[in-house]
Amino acid sequence: MRKPALAVLVVIALAIYPLVVTNHFFLHLSIMALMYALLGMSWNLLGGYTGQISFGHAAFFGTGAYTSTILLLRYGISPWVGMLVGAVLAVLLSLPLGWLTFRLRGPYFALSTLAFAEVVRVVVYNWDSLTGGGDGLNILTDLGGIVRFYYIILALTVVGVLVMRGCVRSRWGYFLNAIREDEDAAEALGVPATRMKLIVLAISAFFVALAGSFFASYQLYINPDLVYESQISVQMIVVTVVGGVGTFEGPIVGALLIVPLSEYFRGLSPVANPLIYGLFIVIFMMFLPEGIVSRVRSLLGRRTPAVTDGRQVGASV
Amino acid sequence: MSLLQVSGLTRRFGGLVAVNRLDFALEGGEILGLIGPNGAGKTTVFSLLTGFLRPDHGHIIFDGARLGSLPPHKICLRGMVRTFQNLKPFPRLTIRENVMVGALARTADRELAARYVAESLEMMGLTEMAGRMPNELPIGHLKLLEMAKALATRPRLLLLDEPYAGLTPAEGSHFGDLLLRIRNSGVTICLIEHVMRFVMAICDRIVVLHHGEKIAEGKAASVANDPAVIKAYLGKAYAGS
Amino acid sequence: MKLIPYLQAVVNGLLVGSLYSVIAMGLTIIFGVMRVINMAHGELIMLGMYVAFWMFTLFKLGQVASLLMCLPLFLVLGAGIYRGMVNRVERRAGEMGTLLVTAGLSYLVANAAQLVWKADYRSLPAALTTRSWFLGGISFNYSLMWAFLAAAMLTAATYLFLIYTDAGRAIRATAQDREAAALMGVQIHRTNMLAFALGTALAGMAGVLLTPVFYVYPYVGRVFLIKAFVVVVLGGMGSVLGASLGGLLFGVMESVASLFISSGYREAVGLVVFLLVLLFKPSGLFGRSRF
Repeated sequence: MRKPALAVLVVIALAIYPLVVTNHFFLHLSIMALMYALLGMSWNLLGGYTGQISFGHAAFFGTGAYTSTILLLRYGISPWVGMLVGAVLAVLLSLPLGWLTFRLRGPYFALSTLAFAEVVRVVVYNWDSLTGGGDGLNILTDLGGIVRFYYIILALTVVGVLVMRGCVRSRWGYFLNAIREDEDAAEALGVPATRMKLIVLAISAFFVALAGSFFASYQLYINPDLVYESQISVQMIVVTVVGGVGTFEGPIVGALLIVPLSEYFRGLSPVANPLIYGLFIVIFMMFLPEGIVSRVRSLLGRRTPAVTDGRQVGASV
Repeated sequence: MSLLQVSGLTRRFGGLVAVNRLDFALEGGEILGLIGPNGAGKTTVFSLLTGFLRPDHGHIIFDGARLGSLPPHKICLRGMVRTFQNLKPFPRLTIRENVMVGALARTADRELAARYVAESLEMMGLTEMAGRMPNELPIGHLKLLEMAKALATRPRLLLLDEPYAGLTPAEGSHFGDLLLRIRNSGVTICLIEHVMRFVMAICDRIVVLHHGEKIAEGKAASVANDPAVIKAYLGKAYAGS
Repeated sequence: MKLIPYLQAVVNGLLVGSLYSVIAMGLTIIFGVMRVINMAHGELIMLGMYVAFWMFTLFKLGQVASLLMCLPLFLVLGAGIYRGMVNRVERRAGEMGTLLVTAGLSYLVANAAQLVWKADYRSLPAALTTRSWFLGGISFNYSLMWAFLAAAMLTAATYLFLIYTDAGRAIRATAQDREAAALMGVQIHRTNMLAFALGTALAGMAGVLLTPVFYVYPYVGRVFLIKAFVVVVLGGMGSVLGASLGGLLFGVMESVASLFISSGYREAVGLVVFLLVLLFKPSGLFGRSRF
């Protein structure tokens, strides 16, 4: 995506899309694809670019979902506002999490994100006076038709793309890649590693929460297992792994591939999807760890990338 | 006033005292050698100076200001940067990108950073290889890369950890010229080294550590003849020049 | 103040904690040697639980039989996972890759288990699992006592293995300093595989021992992975001693806390402990890299 003209064309095409494609099912697929692209990109910013693998992003998704829903149901606050509040809340949640857990490296950080997501889920599950517990919450107000939601998620995703592209193309891109490759060496060269990690975590949490709010308003029903479960986390991850961890387009390509596939399998069994996702992650990491985008790039003659390639850095030099 | 002043620096690991009440000073523009048998605590000193370890006692004054408990990246931005003994290139970045990291930490201005990078690469003789990946480079060049990365942060003081290790004698003497050129460009150098020939040839002054304590300090010749130093090295003669 | 409930809680906590110790030891050995976390460690425990459950339900075979079966089974499984998957991915994709691939394996196995065995919560017949001794007003649950004994033996066996056998020494050496070990002739590849197999076997056997005490269901692995992790952090990463003692301590903490906290929030206790440890003593009780 180095040519802005191409990107603009794509956005225009996406904007016209619902006028051409009116089939609700396809629109639904497109909405899910866009949402997962956004989720994947957010996860990728922290995981692929900065090297901090998180298994707990579901916590932020759920926070967004519950915040906007509760504000709507209890106080009649518009989902737009609720969405923003949820995102800010997620950011505030992410800061102490990061501050505590970024002192752990690699695998231990990943495990602590898992633990963190569990805490949040347990709290939400048990605080049923606020959250409806295991029964979840239903939204009864009419929030608009499917086309409306399509444009909302398109707008969110475009904003996400712009923000993250800005991060990655700026000098932050170098810092993040350096932190991923060797955090000590990066620190020694003047990169404020902890601060960068916190910033990236906050941005990541922000967009994931936005997606969560969107999801809640779109589906009109949430419960802790739906939005806090590891299913959300694994979906973010598989989309990125398939597309290419650490590449910019990876999550987008991954979402485009995975979402239709998952709709196909959804009918088979409730566990078909997470099972397939797990299988995909294993197979890709074993045989195509760099992901589709990187592999296609290298086939097209660009330098052969290693796995979790940070080639985007080269793009901005 | 000295560029770097270390007093009473002490650091323990469990029962082991790695650095024990170390005092020394470094003047701007000189090349100081930090030598001593293995395990003498030299790399620990570097880690203490650059904020990777906290001292148990003592303080470090760099450029007139106490470093306190600054994190490594802030110390680097103050002007003191280190290289690592186990080379740490960023594997998936090109040579140029590797060097850009430090430059961009120094300045947010892309063009200025690019200039710093070009100068660093030029000085290290890596300009032609700027587009390559680290795994394509032989160890000699990786050492040059390590230094280029550090130089791109425009330091006042460069701490080199065993830069000569693994170099052939020819590469070594070329390297010595390189160090002199770096010094002459305004960067003070402190280096940890074992290869005595180069230490003697390059360093203005030498500090000798043994079991974490300073046992000798002074100009090369006087240190070489110091009986305490000879004893510390167990009488093993190093290659004189 | 009535002492009995507290003593009971401590007793239960120690007994269950011994199992946490075994799980945490497995995790710590793998991490110490290979610097990887097997995110599917919990699923291995879950599999061990199901083995014990089905062995009893289908064949009326008790825990001893299950343990004996699990030992070779899980050693081979662990070796297989290492050789077939982890090793390959680690070479190509490093630490991040192993993290991701084992996470993928975790989702795969947990959901495959759900597909095959359904999501129902299983447990062994209550008549078996609630038999207890009574001593001074405190009940000592048979199954737990037996589990504690078995766990103690497993722990002792592991220690003896690590300290007195060549292979065990190789594991400790690699954990302390990989390069030095390699230079001394330790076969890193083989040692990795051994550590992974050992950790896996410990997980599987702990699962067998846990079956009478916890509900068996496909996603239970996640719960134990987190517990094991908290124990490892509590005891100090890389320290087997820390994992052993940390397990006991954590078991007691959980048990005593459950006297005061409603059952729903019980799970959160461990997580709060974890956060507190991170806050005040991130290196854990026994610090780092002391094997």
